[in-house]
Order: sequence, then C-alpha cells, then structure tokens
Amino acid sequence: MLQETVRRFAVDRLLPGVEEWFESAEFPSEIATELGQLGLLGMHLQGYGCAGVNAVGYGLACLELEAADSGFRSFVSVQGSLAMFPISAYGSEEQKEEWLPRMASGEVIGCFGLTEPDAGSDPSRMRTNARKDGSDWVLSGTKMWITNGSIAGLAIVWAVTDQGVRGFLVPAGTPGFHTRDIKRKLSLRASVTSELHLDECRVPGEALLPGVSGLKGPLSCLNEARFGVVWGAMGAARACYESALEYAKSRTQFERPIASFQLTQQKLVDMMLEIQKGLLVALHLGRMKDASQLAVEQVSFAKLNNVREALEVARKARTILGASGITLEYPVIRHMNNLESVLTYEGTSEIHTLILGEALTGLRAFT
Amino acid sequence: MNIAVCVKHVPDPNLPMEMDGTRLKRAGVQGVLDPGDEFGVEAALQIKEGHGADVTLVSMGPEASSEALRRGLSMGADRAILVSDGALEGADALATARVLQRAIERTKPDLVVAAVESTDGYTGTMPAALAQFMGWPQVTFATQVEIKDRTLRAHRQTTTGYHVVECELPVMITVTAGINEPRYASFKGIMAAKKKPLERLALADLGLSAVDVRPAQEIVELSKAEEHRSGQVIVDEGEAAGRVAAFLREAKVI
Ligand SMILES: Cc1cc2nc3c(=O)[nH]c(=O)nc-3n(C[C@H](O)[C@H](O)[C@H](O)COP(=O)(O)OP(=O)(O)OC[C@H]3O[C@@H](n4cnc5c(N)ncnc54)[C@H](O)[C@@H]3O)c2cc1C
Repeated sequence: MLQETVRRFAVDRLLPGVEEWFESAEFPSEIATELGQLGLLGMHLQGYGCAGVNAVGYGLACLELEAADSGFRSFVSVQGSLAMFPISAYGSEEQKEEWLPRMASGEVIGCFGLTEPDAGSDPSRMRTNARKDGSDWVLSGTKMWITNGSIAGLAIVWAVTDQGVRGFLVPAGTPGFHTRDIKRKLSLRASVTSELHLDECRVPGEALLPGVSGLKGPLSCLNEARFGVVWGAMGAARACYESALEYAKSRTQFERPIASFQLTQQKLVDMMLEIQKGLLVALHLGRMKDASQLAVEQVSFAKLNNVREALEVARKARTILGASGITLEYPVIRHMNNLESVLTYEGTSEIHTLILGEALTGLRAFT
Repeated sequence: MNIAVCVKHVPDPNLPMEMDGTRLKRAGVQGVLDPGDEFGVEAALQIKEGHGADVTLVSMGPEASSEALRRGLSMGADRAILVSDGALEGADALATARVLQRAIERTKPDLVVAAVESTDGYTGTMPAALAQFMGWPQVTFATQVEIKDRTLRAHRQTTTGYHVVECELPVMITVTAGINEPRYASFKGIMAAKKKPLERLALADLGLSAVDVRPAQEIVELSKAEEHRSGQVIVDEGEAAGRVAAFLREAKVI
C-alpha cells in the first residue's frame, strides 16, 4: 500500500510537472510540503512526527519517487537520510524536538554538507573547520555540490575540530552563512544543488551533534541514503524500460512494429532481466536491513550494480526510441542524465568498486 | 456522532475486465478500494474533522476485501467491519443490503454513507435497499454535504443543476464522484492503520443464514455494449456547409 500511495502521488502530482521543472531547473517548493503530508520525509525514523516504516517500505517509496525523477528521490534521501537521520541518531533531545517534527512535515528543508571543492571521494581531506570560542563554535570553509543547499532551513555541516570531524546544525540566516546555486547542470535539473559558504559563522554550543565524532558520522548517513539509491535506480530504469517497450510496440518501420525485430527484443529482454535482478538485490538488502544484518560492503555491491545497470537500461531504452529518445517528450534521456549524478554521488562507482575490491582481496587500493 | 461508510473491494478498474460466465472475474485479479467509495470515506472524514465523529467502514466480501478496508483506515477511518461468508458468494444487491444493514446496526450510526453505485456491478440499487431496511430516509446523488445540529444539508445533483435538501439525522446518503478530493493515505496513516480494529464477522454473527441471502435476481445473459458507429465523413467539395446544415436540420437541432 505504501508503494501504491507513492505511485499514485507521482502520477497525480509529480509526472505532470516534471518535464517543466527539469527544463526550467527548479525544485517546486510546494512539493516539499506535499511529500511531508504524505509522510515521506524521514519515513524510516521513529517518533517526532516520523512514520516509522521498515526498510523495504522505505525502498519501495524511493523506487516510485525515482521512477518519476531522480530529483524527487534525491530530495527525500537528503531530507530523511542525510539531514534527519543524523539528528535522530546523534542529536540531543532538544535538537530532535526542535527540528525533526518540522522537517517531517516539510516545513523545514534540510541539507547535508560534506563534499568540498577539494575533498570529494576523500572527505578526510576536508578543510572546513570549527573552533571553540567560549561556549560557541565558529565555522569556516566551503561546501560544494550540496543538494537542497539554498532552499534549506537547516544545514548539517561536517567540519574538522580539535576533536576530529564533528557535525553542526546551522540554520539558514545564521550570520556568516550563505549559499550560491550551481547553475548550468545537465543532470538532476529538477533538484537544487548549491555551494555553502561559512565565513566565521558563529553557532552556539548546542548546535554541535553530541552523539558522534569522526568520519563515521557522515559515512553512516551516506550508508542510509545509499540504500535508497539502490531501490531508486531501479525505479528510473523501470520508467525507461516501460517507455521503450510501449514505443517499440507502436512504432512501425519496414512495415512492422520495431518490437518485432530480434535486436529490439534482445534489448528489451536484457533490460527486463537487469531490472528484475536489481530489484531482487534491493529486496534482499531491505530484508537484511530490517533484520539488522546489513553490512556496508553489501550496500556498496548494490549501489554499484544497480546504478550502473540502470544507466545501461536507460541507454538501451534511448536507442529504441531513436531520435524521439533525445527529447524531453519521453522520460528516457531525463533519467539517463540524472543517473550520471546518481553514479557519482553517495560514493562514486569507482570508490564502491574499490571497497568491494578490498573486501575480496584484503588489500586496500586507497588510503 | 457515529458514521458508517459502505466500501467495496473491486477489481482494479484500470485493468481490462474479464468475465467468468455471467460474473465478473475476481479471483487472481488485482483489487482496489472502489474509487467511488473513496469519496464516501473522504466525506465522512471531513465531517469527523469538522464535528468529531467515529467512522466505521463496513464491507461485505471475501477476505481480500480487508485490503480495501486497510486503505480506508489508512486514510483516517477509525475501525472496520468485514462480513465474509462462503454463503455470500454471488450475493445480489438485495442480499448485500440485508447483510450490510445488520452489520451497520451494530455501530449505532447517525449517518450512513455510500457511493451512488459501485465501479464493478453498477446496479446502484444497494443503497436504496439499505435505507429501506434501516427504515431511514435517503438523500441521493449528494455533491455537497454539511451537518448542523443533527440536520444534514446536501446538494443533490440533478440533470440541470442541484436541489438543496435538508434532512434530520439519522439518514443514509449516497455521494457522487467528485464531491470532494479524496486524500492520499499518508505513511503515518498506513502505519497507524495496522493497529486499528478490523472486526471479521460471518453470517451467523449477524443472525442471518444462507436462506436470508439467497439471490433474488438471476443474470440470464450478458453481452457487449454496441460500439459507437463511426460518424459520417464529409469531404468538402464546396457544398459541405449545406450538407452539415441539412444533417443538423434532420436531427432537429436547427
Ligand atoms: C547532483 C549532485 C548532488 C550532490 N549532493 C551532495 C550533497 O548533498 N552533499 C554532499 O556532501 N555532496 C553531494 N554531492 C557530491 C558528491 O558526493 C561528490 O561529487 C562525490 O563524492 C565525488 O566527489 P568529486 O565530485 O569531488 O569527485 P572526485 O572525488 O574528485 O573524483 C573524480 C573521479 O576520480 C575518481 N577517484 C577518486 N579517487 C579515486 C581512487 N582512490 N581510485 C580510483 N578513482 C578515484 C572518482 O571515482 C571519480 O571518477 C553531490 C554531487 C552531485 C553531482
């Protein structure tokens, strides 16, 4: 029923506008509130106005959102897994009460600032730092590629301190904190991506996330969000496959539907196989997560496989649509372009390959 | 105030219908809460939000109907009753009304809401029979409802406009599609629904037996609706306007 609800919402509210939002490069703010009303924001967290669904339910919701557009799934991933999850897991009681209910309703949008201009795959090289000044903290540095950055009411900023990497809650409007949008993207256009600038930005001592220190803080958030990507990528792939199947049956060349050609059938079957396999991997992971048995390497396995295959499905679907495949009239190239971002964020395909390589060989290819 | 809403689990109307003899094929077909009933559930929930009310969903059907009830509970209804009994297979509208009346009586309702007709059978006779068994007045085709001091005020759809009717509770109403915009079941609603009471009853629990629900009607034959014949195509060779006018005159339109 969870899946059915999201699918219906996507058909009624997301699909009619998505081409326009993609083209004009905007994330419609009213959608945030509607996603909140549906209970999709922080849906897998317990209490504080969150729905408390299990991992499989969370995955299915991501699948249906991303079948509409990766931008919506990204929004929900960032809000729930990257912004609300750290508050829920590592925040103080006051922080939870102050932020979580308003974030669950969509009133406050959150963002997650880890990546920097010079620290992407290697976040341990981050330069953003926080120094203690009396009971306050003073933050300085720049974050880059931050989803929801300029529309966020609250930024979770990860910074180096004399106690290692710590997380800070920085509300929009804090003096010294400002954002600038990254323009001219050709991927994830229906999603806001920004830079965060922290210039001697002073926050009170209570802004520190007390429950975690070190990189395991942000990395644990990413692991949560990646789990949603594993499902979401298959949603995007399904949308491409469905579009290609329908097109192949109705498009005639050489006096026959192109679906009757063996080469086209091969493509359709290959697409279907990868989607079904990817979904089975996602479902298996979901059940393991619900049983608290999921290992980090397993999430890497699925993120690498499902996003890579989704991109391959999108490209095959694109060929079936011929020239029509390059327009926004059909969802395929939109998904294909979006998936390029999905391949890179939440750990690039190379980094996940190396994590798996280490798991196989016991030898670490990067430090 | 207690409100009972009649709901039905029907084969998904977005899928092609399949027949099984003179009956609609249901086994193995994806079912949904009848989209027409969503308007009834929404109408009851709006009254609940405005005045406070306890909303019970009542359905008759096989166990799969519990899915439709869960959806209604996820939208915000308080409890549900499902009447399932092998003897009810093939029940007609009259038998359904008899069964629903017994089940609904248990909820001590002030208001009973149903859709004008179901999206599978389309007989549209069950609500009238139910009102008759309840001994209640019935307001049909409501496009707007409002309750004030135990008086229902409703707009009744007519072919040319609407009637405004008032009626004291208790009353049975049927609502049209489009009376409101049914809400989505929210994730919190779906989680909460899992814990809401869903009572399962058999015929005997309602003091009825197989004889009481024997179908009184028999469907003897079924045939496809005639497809619309394609219209007449006039290719303009200078006299098309005249031919169109002649056609309209013949049809007594002009
Ligand atoms: C649309 C979008 C939204 C994003 N949203 C957020 C967000 O909300 N918050 C956030 O913190 N970040 C966000 N990111 C940033 C994203 O997480 C980073 O882009 C990602 O971690 C990669 O970093 P980079 O772009 O700096 O690439 P780099 O790390 O510079 O990598 C460049 C290339 O080198 C490869 N590479 C790097 N190291 C190795 C190695 N050891 N061995 C082999 N290959 C290697 C990479 O795999 C890649 O192919 C977003 C990115 C995009 C595109």
